[in-house]
Amino acid sequence: MDRRKKSKLISIIIVSIILLIMFLGVIITDDMLSTNFKDKNQLPSFEHPFGTDWLGRDMFLRTVKGLSNSLVIGSLASLISSLIAVIVGGLAGTMPKWVDNIVRIIIDLVMGIPHLILIILISIFVGRGTKGILIGVALTHWVSLARIVRSEVLQVRNEQYIKISRRFGKSNWYIFKNHMIPVVLPQYIIGLVLMFPHAILHEASVTFLGFGLSPETAAIGIILSESMKYLISGMWHLAFFPGLALVILVLIINKLGENLSLILNPHFTRE
Amino acid sequence: MKIFNYIMTNFIKMIVLIILVCIVTFTLAVNSPIDPIRQYVGSGVTLSVEQRESIEEYWGLNDTKLERFQKWSYNILHGDFGESLIYRKSVMSIIKDKAMSSLFLMICTFIVSGAVGYLLGLIMGKYRDSILDKAIKTICVTFSATPTFWVGILMLMIFSVKLNLFPIGFSIPIGKTMEDVNFYEKVYHAILPIITLTIVFIPNIALHTRSKTIDVLQSDFVLFAIARGEKSIMKNHVIKNTVIPAITIQFGSFSEIFGGSVLAENVFSYPGLGSTIVDAGLGGDIPLLLGITIIIAIFVFLGNFIADMLCMAMNPMVREEHIIG
Repeated sequence: MDRRKKSKLISIIIVSIILLIMFLGVIITDDMLSTNFKDKNQLPSFEHPFGTDWLGRDMFLRTVKGLSNSLVIGSLASLISSLIAVIVGGLAGTMPKWVDNIVRIIIDLVMGIPHLILIILISIFVGRGTKGILIGVALTHWVSLARIVRSEVLQVRNEQYIKISRRFGKSNWYIFKNHMIPVVLPQYIIGLVLMFPHAILHEASVTFLGFGLSPETAAIGIILSESMKYLISGMWHLAFFPGLALVILVLIINKLGENLSLILNPHFTRE
Repeated sequence: MKIFNYIMTNFIKMIVLIILVCIVTFTLAVNSPIDPIRQYVGSGVTLSVEQRESIEEYWGLNDTKLERFQKWSYNILHGDFGESLIYRKSVMSIIKDKAMSSLFLMICTFIVSGAVGYLLGLIMGKYRDSILDKAIKTICVTFSATPTFWVGILMLMIFSVKLNLFPIGFSIPIGKTMEDVNFYEKVYHAILPIITLTIVFIPNIALHTRSKTIDVLQSDFVLFAIARGEKSIMKNHVIKNTVIPAITIQFGSFSEIFGGSVLAENVFSYPGLGSTIVDAGLGGDIPLLLGITIIIAIFVFLGNFIADMLCMAMNPMVREEHIIG
């Protein structure tokens, strides 16, 4: 099997895992997460792979539900964020110099305040909860992708074929559609996928601190912050497995990004 | 003269950015749904309409936003960030109390993670594709995907609960006040947060140094040096060419170390700016929130400024560009 086929296979497997988690999140209803005092504080077993918490809720189901919530919020936020990145990066690359300067100042500004603190500020000031965290994550993660888009656009703009195209009297729209998009699109998709784990991690962190999702929802951040209270009583499984699941999810999404860039990046495709 | 211009441009840029941070955070705060009067008097107290109006009048809440911004920025320039609502002390004194603990945490993290990460990067680059390289790389990739607070919880589980080596939570021993704590106790309580943050920030610099080292080792000048029979290639070529980008990267992650310390301080209930900002946020204490944000932004921009200057002082290529070019 050559490398491209292998990359494609890995990508398909990872995407189906992600879809499966999201699907499971829809199936798992609140009923299944209801309290059951008969088997509370259980260590991991066949029946409850991740054990149960002090209310007898199955930790495996809660973790999957939490991961699926994270995935939904993460994908929405990074989608919005990537659109901001394309608009800002595209403007900086095509508009006059002063627009570029303003964009650079804004980028420095967003980079200057630590992301976590900026997300906390935004989420407080728009009202907490899902909306706050969505806007917070979306407004902070576009920076690196915007830089990439900007430099790509700047580079492409000075290419010979664009100049020739312009000499032929093609419209700006035509050049944008036929010459810019094919170059920028692969970078955009890769950037979007690589932004995704950051968004998820930040969502979990902010929720952990208490600014994100409401305490009733199943979210990894909430599961972990609750587990802190039970650390001393030796209930290590409450914190260990949900965190591990989050790390594995982030790792496989990173893997997806790597493989997609092997497939989509024109520099690698010839190999 | 050229070099002076370069420094001045960077300095002015820093000032402009700090002013912009003030404007942005102020705008966010003014437009927030949090009611300052409700936050100030507490939720249990009922206010009559007249009392409310008099407070509004006294605080100048009826002024236009521009006027309020003018007053606010005037006070800030004089070092007055207002009074914290949850601590009932001036914001500046709270920041002064907490900033030292936070800075201690962050500077230790900054130095340890920089040094260890750089060394690991050099080792990985030198023994590329060996088992050692692969092992360290896998660990680094894994930890770069790990949320800071989970590392902190694992540390607590292992070192505090299982091995009983470190205290769980509390930055000071129980039964002592903040003033009685001696230096060793402070350091003792900071060890776990520092280890946590260091683990989280090593991968970035290590992986970066690895790829830089590989680039240098594959370059023509190293090939030539090998051909001439030069002995200490690592010392003469690799370190010289990788240390500056490493410092730049490390200073660049300064802002994220602040973010990470917010999480670490909360997990270990360490009394620094990070745990205070979370308290301020949860308590709707806007003056404290704004004060800490601005102080942090000033630190970060100062860090970036120092990084630029260091980069210029150490890197002959950048220096020549700004003196001659």
